[in-house]
Amino acid sequence: MSLAPAPLRRPLDLPRVRLPRGQVFILPERCKGCRFCIDFCPKEVLMESPSMNSKGYHFPVVRPGKEDACIHCGFCTVICPEFAIYTVEVPE
Amino acid sequence: MPREAVVASHPLDEVLREDRLPHIWCPGCGLGTVLGCFARAMLASGIPLDRHAVVSGIGCTGRVPGYLKVDGFHTTHGRAIPFATGLAVANPDLAVTVFSGDGDLLAIGGNHLIHAARRNVDLNVICVNNFNYGMTGGQLGPTTPLGAVTTTSPYGFYEDPFNLPRLLAACGAVFVARWTCLHVRQLEATMLRAFHKRGFRFIEVLAPCPVGFGRPNDLGEGIDEMWFYRRQADYDPQAALEMLELSMRKDSKIVCGVFVDTERPTYMDRYREYVLRKVQGGGTREA
Amino acid sequence: MNAPRVLTGRHFLMGDVACAEGALAAGCTFFAGYPITPSTEVAERLALRLPQVGGHYIQMEDELASMAAIVGASWAGAKAMTATSGPGFSLMMENLGLAVMMEAPCVVVDVQRGSPSTGLPTLTGQGDVMQAKWGSHGDYEIIAYAPATCQEMFDLTVRAFNMAERFRNPVVILADEVVGHMTERVVIPPEEAIERWERPRPTVPPHELLFPFAADQDLIPPMPRAGEGYRIYVESLTHDERGYPGVPPDVHDRLVRRLNDKIRRAYHQIVEYELLDTEDAEVVVVAYGSTARSARHAVRQARREGMRVGLLRPITLWPFPVHVVEQLSSRVRAFVVAELNLGQVAREVERFTDRPVYGANHAGGAMMPPELILSRTEEAYRDAQGSRRRLAPAG
Repeated sequence: MSLAPAPLRRPLDLPRVRLPRGQVFILPERCKGCRFCIDFCPKEVLMESPSMNSKGYHFPVVRPGKEDACIHCGFCTVICPEFAIYTVEVPE
Repeated sequence: MPREAVVASHPLDEVLREDRLPHIWCPGCGLGTVLGCFARAMLASGIPLDRHAVVSGIGCTGRVPGYLKVDGFHTTHGRAIPFATGLAVANPDLAVTVFSGDGDLLAIGGNHLIHAARRNVDLNVICVNNFNYGMTGGQLGPTTPLGAVTTTSPYGFYEDPFNLPRLLAACGAVFVARWTCLHVRQLEATMLRAFHKRGFRFIEVLAPCPVGFGRPNDLGEGIDEMWFYRRQADYDPQAALEMLELSMRKDSKIVCGVFVDTERPTYMDRYREYVLRKVQGGGTREA
Repeated sequence: MNAPRVLTGRHFLMGDVACAEGALAAGCTFFAGYPITPSTEVAERLALRLPQVGGHYIQMEDELASMAAIVGASWAGAKAMTATSGPGFSLMMENLGLAVMMEAPCVVVDVQRGSPSTGLPTLTGQGDVMQAKWGSHGDYEIIAYAPATCQEMFDLTVRAFNMAERFRNPVVILADEVVGHMTERVVIPPEEAIERWERPRPTVPPHELLFPFAADQDLIPPMPRAGEGYRIYVESLTHDERGYPGVPPDVHDRLVRRLNDKIRRAYHQIVEYELLDTEDAEVVVVAYGSTARSARHAVRQARREGMRVGLLRPITLWPFPVHVVEQLSSRVRAFVVAELNLGQVAREVERFTDRPVYGANHAGGAMMPPELILSRTEEAYRDAQGSRRRLAPAG
C-alpha cells in the first residue's frame, strides 16, 4: 500500500527542495522478521532478505534499484521493536 | 549509495542493556516499539538519566525495565504503583515511570491505580494494552473486549471491559492519553510531554500480541494488527470519554489523542501544604 | 513544632507508642501502613511524629500496598516501616518475599491478636509465629522479635531497624495486643547513646559496580539507592550477580542459599533470649511476649512450692534459640511451652530436644493466666519424677 501524497497536492517549491538521503544500517541477528519496517517504509526501500539470520528470520535488506530511495524519514528506526535497523542521513 | 550496511550496535544502545538483546518478546509484539519511544523520550526529556527510575509489575510489559539502562525495579504482580509511590515519596527528585500491562495495572493492581490517581502521586504510568494476559499464554483480562476468544474465554468473553481513559479521568489523573504503538511519533511526543508534567499521568498504548490475542481474534500477526491500527485509528482528543471504548472488531474505531491535560495539586503539594506547613521549618528530607 | 527525633527521658507510654518512638530513635524516615487493631496506635503516633523529624507518613489503600511501598522507599534509601496485625500480616506476605528477594531493609510490626481470620480484633493472641517464618512462599530466613514489655517495644524496634540494615532483610516485631496496648515506664536514652547501623554501601563508583548482587564473606552485597547513578536493575525474579533474570537452576539455588545463609550463618550475632532460674531446673517453661510475664509469675510460684523450675524467654523467635534448648536438654527433664496458640513454638522446641514437651495453650483473648502454666508445669514435674509422658492437648 503506497503512502505517497495524492497527485493534486503538489508543493510549490517542490523543484527546489532537496529531500534528505539516508543510509540503512541493520543488525540482522536482532531481527525477528515482523515486517514493520518493510511494510511501513514510505519509499518501499526494504524487502525480506533471501537469507536468514541464525534464528531463521528473514531480516530486511534494500531492494535492488532502491539504493538511493531512502529519504531518512526515520520511520523504520522508530517502528522496529528490536532495535535492529536505523538510518543515518547522508550529507550531500 | 551502498546497500544496507550490517553493524553490531544501534544508536539507542547507550540507554539499553544491550547485553540482554534480543529481548524475549515475540515477533510482531509491539513492546519493543513502545520501549524505543520511551527511550527516545527519556533522552530528550532533559532529565538526567540518573534521576529516572522505571518500575514494572509482572507480565510481558513488566520486562521493560530489564532492557533499560536506568534504575529499574521489576516488582510483584499489581504492586508496581505502590512500590513506585514509596520510591517517589521517599525521594521526590526521582522521575519515576511505571511501565506495566493491562492485567497487572487494572486487575490485580486496580485498587492501587485508582488510589494513586486520586492522590495525584507524581508518577508517569505507561499502560501497554494488548487486551490479554500475554506472558501466561493469552488469558482474558479486564480490557479484553466482549466476545473475544482467549484461553480462559474459549466461548467468547462474556464481560464488558474497562474504558481506560474514562476510568483514569474519573479517578483524577491529570494527564490521560491513548495511542497505538504504530503512532510512534505521537507517542514519543506525548511521553515527552508527560515527563514535563507533574502529578499522575497515564498513557494507554495499544500493542499487538499476536500469540495471545491477535491470532485467536482475527487480528492476525503483529504486522496485520498494525495495519488494523492504521485503518481504524482516529485522532479525536475532543472525543467524549464514554466514546472511547475499544471493541477491536474489524469496523470499530480506535480513538486516540490526549484526552485529559489538566492541573491539580499533587500528593506532595498537599502534604507540604497541610502537614509540613504546620510543622515549623518545613522539615528536611532525610533519605 | 519541630520536635526532637529522640524523646530522651522517662516516660509512661503505651507499647505501640513506644514502638513508634523506637522507630524514630533508630532513624526511621518512612512509614506506609493501614489501620488495624491493635497496631493502629503505631501508625497514629508516626503520622504525628514523622513530619516533625523530616520523615514521611503515608496511609496506603491496603496492606499489600503498604508492604510494597516500604520496599520501594527502602530502595530510595529510606529506613522504612509498617505496622499491622494478623489479617494485614497475611496480606503482606507476598511483598515480604519481595523484600527478601530484593534484599531491602525494612521493619514489619505485627501486633498479634486472636486469630484465625478476623478473629478477636481487640484482644491478644500469639498465632502468627510460624507465619512470620513460613508465611511467604519459598525458603527465606526472617529475624523476629517478641517484646514482653513496653520498654522492649522501644528497644527491640531499634534493634530491628539495625538488624534490617545490617542483613538487608525484613525484620518482624512479633508483639501481641497486651504488650501493644498496655502502658508502662519506658526510658529513652540520650540520642548519642543509641546505635544506628547503616546498610553496606558501594565503595566503587557506578561504572565499576558491574555485579551489584555479588557478596563477600558475609554474603551481604553493598546496596546502592535509586538516583545515585548506579543504574541498578532490581528483580523479584531470581537473578544472577548482575541482577539479571533468566538464570539456570544452579544460579537460582546459589542465590536462594545466599539469601538464607546470610542470616543462618550469623545466628550467634542475632539470637537473643533470657534465662531465669534454669541452672538447677528440672522443668523449663518456654514463653515469650506477654505470656512470658504470666510464665515468670508461674515459675516463681512453682519455686515457692518447692519445684525446681526455670524460664527460657526467647527474645528472638526467629532465629529461635535452638542452642539453648539443646544445652538445657542435657540437664532438664521436660519443657513446658506456654503460648497463646495451639502449639507453634512448641514445635521448634520439640525439634531440638528428646525431652517431653508439654503445651500450655490457649487460642487467645486474654493474657494467659499463670495458673494454666503452673498446672501444666506441676503435671510435667510430677511426670518427670515418674514415667515419661508426651505432649497432651490442652483442655
